Amino acid sequence: MRPVRELQLLTIPRNIVDAMIEHAHRCAPQEACGVLSGSDGRVRSVYPMTNADASSEHFSLVPREQFDVARKIRAEGQEMLAVYHSHPATPARPSPEDIRLGVAPGIVHVIVSLADQNKPAVKAFLIEDGKAAETSVRITNEDEDNVSTT
Amino acid sequence: MEITVNGDAVTLDGPLTIARLLVEQEVKMPDMVSVEHNGKILDRAEFDKQQVRPGDTVEFLYFMGGGA
Repeated sequence: MRPVRELQLLTIPRNIVDAMIEHAHRCAPQEACGVLSGSDGRVRSVYPMTNADASSEHFSLVPREQFDVARKIRAEGQEMLAVYHSHPATPARPSPEDIRLGVAPGIVHVIVSLADQNKPAVKAFLIEDGKAAETSVRITNEDEDNVSTT
Repeated sequence: MEITVNGDAVTLDGPLTIARLLVEQEVKMPDMVSVEHNGKILDRAEFDKQQVRPGDTVEFLYFMGGGA
């Protein structure tokens, strides 16, 4: 499997983008969070998860959910590609806390911004050594991929 | 001894602690990972004490969080 760091591209089917945005709206004003899995930089599944912080300014995954999802992803022959979270009222760029806590190697950080309620923004970043670099996101039509939302 | 780490069979000299296992697995920030040992999520204070034995299953995951 080729890592996103090498590909510099994360491909996400439209229905999964829509699922992340719907999750963000559903959780607002709190932050939503979850995991994207797939292979070779192509997202195949989305796992909306619980924000353990239940906060409008912070998020963290619940470890028990995280372990269970990791096992499910592995059983499906996929890998964890990205963690996503929403910014209910701020732009889709990593906050200082996102950068400070972005320690998982090779994991892409997808941010869904609802700052413009009528036009949610979705951007992706690789965070390493305290620096964030934007990664290109390619959104595909649903009929281009056999994908699932979980 | 043989154990399973994140779904992969791993052969190690043992027994060893969870803390030592994380070093052997080249985890750079062990204070930023959660560890599940034989299905039980450990407190970080247990990393130095909990022994890994042949046939055990260990999962570790990096903390994932942030803020707006």
